[in-house]
Amino acid sequence: MLLRIDQIQKSYPGGRPVLRDVSLTLDQGETLALTGESGCGKSTLLNLAAALDSFDGGEITLDGVPLSTLDDSGRADLRRHRVSLVFQQFNLIPSLTVEQNLSFHARLAGCHDTGWSTHLADRLGLSDLLARYPENLSGGQQQRVAIGRAMAARPKLLLADEPTGNLDETASANVLDLMLALVAETGAALLLVTHSQDIAARLDRCVHLSGGHIT
Amino acid sequence: MTRAVIQALLSHWRVHRLQLATLLIGIALATGLWSAVQAVNAEARASYERANDQLAFGQYDELRNPSGMIPISRYVDLRRAGWQVAAVLEGSLQIGERRLQVLGVDMVTYPTLPAVTQVEQSATPPNPADMLTAPGRLLAAPSVQKLLRDHPHLPPVLPTDALPPDLILTDIGVAETLLNKPGQISRLIVLPNQPQSVQPLSDIAPELELTRASARIDTAQLTDSFHLNLTAFGLLSFAVGLFIVHGTVGLAFAQRRAMIRTLRALGVSMQQLVWMITIELALLALIGGLLGLVLGFFLAGALLPDVAATLRGLYSAPVDGQITLHPHWALSGLAMALAGTLLASGHALFRLSRMPLLTGAGLQAWRGATSGNRVIPLAGVFLIAGGIVISYLFDGLIFGFAMVAGILTGSALLLPVLLSLVISAFQRWTQSPVAQWVWADMRAQLPGLSLALMALLLALAANIGVGTMVSSFRLTFTGWLDQRLTSEVYVTAPDSELGQEIAQWLTPRVTAVLPIRSAELMHETGPLFLYGVIDDQTYRQKWPLIASTKDDWDRVFAGKAVLINEQLARRSNLWPGDFLTLAPDHTLTIAGVYSDYGNPTGQAIVSMAQLDQIAPGAEARRFGIRVAPDRASELAQDIRDRFELPRHAVVQQATMKAQSLAVFEKTFVVTSALNILTLGVAGFAILTSLLTLWTQRLPQIAPVWALGLTRAQLARLEVLRSVLLATLTAVLALPLGLVLAWALLAVVNVQAFGWRLPMYLFPADWIYLFALTLVAAFVAAALPALRLLRLPPADLLKVFANER
Repeated sequence: MLLRIDQIQKSYPGGRPVLRDVSLTLDQGETLALTGESGCGKSTLLNLAAALDSFDGGEITLDGVPLSTLDDSGRADLRRHRVSLVFQQFNLIPSLTVEQNLSFHARLAGCHDTGWSTHLADRLGLSDLLARYPENLSGGQQQRVAIGRAMAARPKLLLADEPTGNLDETASANVLDLMLALVAETGAALLLVTHSQDIAARLDRCVHLSGGHIT
Repeated sequence: MTRAVIQALLSHWRVHRLQLATLLIGIALATGLWSAVQAVNAEARASYERANDQLAFGQYDELRNPSGMIPISRYVDLRRAGWQVAAVLEGSLQIGERRLQVLGVDMVTYPTLPAVTQVEQSATPPNPADMLTAPGRLLAAPSVQKLLRDHPHLPPVLPTDALPPDLILTDIGVAETLLNKPGQISRLIVLPNQPQSVQPLSDIAPELELTRASARIDTAQLTDSFHLNLTAFGLLSFAVGLFIVHGTVGLAFAQRRAMIRTLRALGVSMQQLVWMITIELALLALIGGLLGLVLGFFLAGALLPDVAATLRGLYSAPVDGQITLHPHWALSGLAMALAGTLLASGHALFRLSRMPLLTGAGLQAWRGATSGNRVIPLAGVFLIAGGIVISYLFDGLIFGFAMVAGILTGSALLLPVLLSLVISAFQRWTQSPVAQWVWADMRAQLPGLSLALMALLLALAANIGVGTMVSSFRLTFTGWLDQRLTSEVYVTAPDSELGQEIAQWLTPRVTAVLPIRSAELMHETGPLFLYGVIDDQTYRQKWPLIASTKDDWDRVFAGKAVLINEQLARRSNLWPGDFLTLAPDHTLTIAGVYSDYGNPTGQAIVSMAQLDQIAPGAEARRFGIRVAPDRASELAQDIRDRFELPRHAVVQQATMKAQSLAVFEKTFVVTSALNILTLGVAGFAILTSLLTLWTQRLPQIAPVWALGLTRAQLARLEVLRSVLLATLTAVLALPLGLVLAWALLAVVNVQAFGWRLPMYLFPADWIYLFALTLVAAFVAAALPALRLLRLPPADLLKVFANER
């Protein structure tokens, strides 16, 4: 089992609970959709799994490592080596070129493979855009760079938060196709947050979050 | 509607309180430093004017004897011939550590002075006869009265606040005794309403020269250069302060774009918005300006005593050491705050007024437009070229400053482009992803930080430039003192008679006695002090000549040539081989030019015989004594004991040098203070820029954090980035500072003081300044870095959730 989320509890400052005893698991190579209405805690759960935020109770174990035992440095190390993230807002580094953005995470993790990066750029249709800066790309292109950056590090787990939320229908389908294909190609697991039942239906499993519980 | 719009606009400041504080502090600092300099200048100028009014200086034509003093018989001749003239005798009196000017006037004929009127109208007016008969009365400022109280041999003192500091006014008869100048007159005031048919001056007193009041150089003119220097520094500080205002207003406007777009969509016209924002800026300028005035008032109070001491030491200008608050100063300070704020905000306001209704509201658009502007570097090149061209085409102090201003401003405008090029080079050179990101991010940050960095560049360049100038000056001055002050002991006797007696006593006991005798002549460029020298090896070996000819000293001692100081040479464009007319029948070839950093006036040296011919009766009270250095102390004490001279009348070389250096150091106290303050303001500009840019930093930092860097690592990188930018700016400031130093030494100093100084380099000072800059950059970045270190992950996550 790659990811185990066990009885997780999380409240916002002020005490309002967001997640109440949430549990789920994810195996290597498996894809899982996390759906639910706005504000139900989907993104919060994703952030907890990515070791971006800390939880109030329960435990998350990623690749055998219990996250509650990690300090800030340990969490950063985990993000660098085992997890990759794709955000709705793309969150590319605006001061770096497409090529530098693509290889950035892999180089941070110390696993940069030029051949693999070139392959990714080809697969994602970015070969002609490598010298450009993010501000000169369309939303679909930016999200493809974000996926390329995430996959270049060959993560065990890919976490995607509404990756197509800012894209039109065609770009959305295109991005999702590429992401699923690359996940399959690398054998990574995928936890994807989405509103769309259509997208959720394309993944192996789907769980619904409502009122802080898995239903 | 207006109220609702104002409420919406002002809500921005409620949310961005730090930004508001930064804006107000920026305006206050700019206004404060400028107003302080203006207050100091105004106070000094008011003192000159007051002195002119109080003593009726500069209002009347005068008669002077180019050869020295006017005998009293000549005064009598003129009065008998019907000339309405009033006699004046001037001189100085040493009281303890203080040198006081004595002004003796013929109380009967001299125009009524405010001080006399005040004393006469006081509760206990003196008997008029007491003023004119022995022992007479002295009129002086209350502070001087206190000083004279301990000297019972002096006549009684009547206090009056209608006299400048350090001056004693008395009847000419009393002054004769005080100054030991019986029967002598310094000058004659030509009173208005002269009778129609008086005998011409050439018949009665052919040796006297009439000088029109309008043709004389007064203290205000003499000190113009000094005040212009201060004003230039004030302007630099003002400009550095305005950089803060410009940066803050630009960011505030950018952050308000969304609000303004909404207000326009709701039916508020752009014209209305521009008016309201202009009024808002004006109000903020007035509040900041008021704070600046308070700061300026206290700063001026702190600076004025040193300025007053400098002006008294260098120009004998009567300046009070106290600052007074004038309404017009406050009003002009507020006007500067208003004008400066509107000037600094003009660009942002213009861009806002041109913003299409449907334009994007993001900060990136604003920053992109700033960075994409190609006009600014071009303007920089144009300004530098313009400054250089001006210095080649025109002469004069104003044009010297125009060149300096052009080079400084142009370089500041070029800074972002230069930094961008340097950073790109480093980015290409580095391999590690974090280092690459740091350089790339630094480059992306440039538009937001460029104004603060420009301010830093200007402050550093000014520090290096002025520091190099002052240190070069100090080094040259010290060397010059070693050459000029060659005598081991200097003696000043109370009168010529005793002076000669001392000289006779000394002659068999020492290596040489070198008389220091001079007379004040009039030259077309202003007063000219003519010195006589005797033939001695000391002059040939030591005198600091900057331009010489063959057998120069031989020809001077033979009475065939004259040496002049650099000030006179440059002002009159007279160089070796040219001729100088000292008196109608005394025109001599110029044999050489010597450096002279003691005063701004012209000087010439002739043989003692020539001096006696041109200005007979020149005092013989002062002389230098050449003696074996180990005997100097003993000899000085012997002279004091034998001739009952006070300690200050017999001074050893070391003391003399220390006194001269003390005057020198005081001269640059104000400059150094303004320098440090400007650097402080620049440091503050970096801090405020980093703080105001803080909210924009999170979208850059959060993705890197998410990809696996800790907040501690990112905080360290933030500090490193700020320190690197400051370092690069400091490296670029070094050549600019040296160019500034060259301009100050070779152009501004020549125009302002009449001397050109060699330039020396002081790498140790640069290292110190660099260290100071790095510390300032570290401190400025420490606060934002600390905030990043303590930032809850939830705040970083908001970047990804698009909740910001």
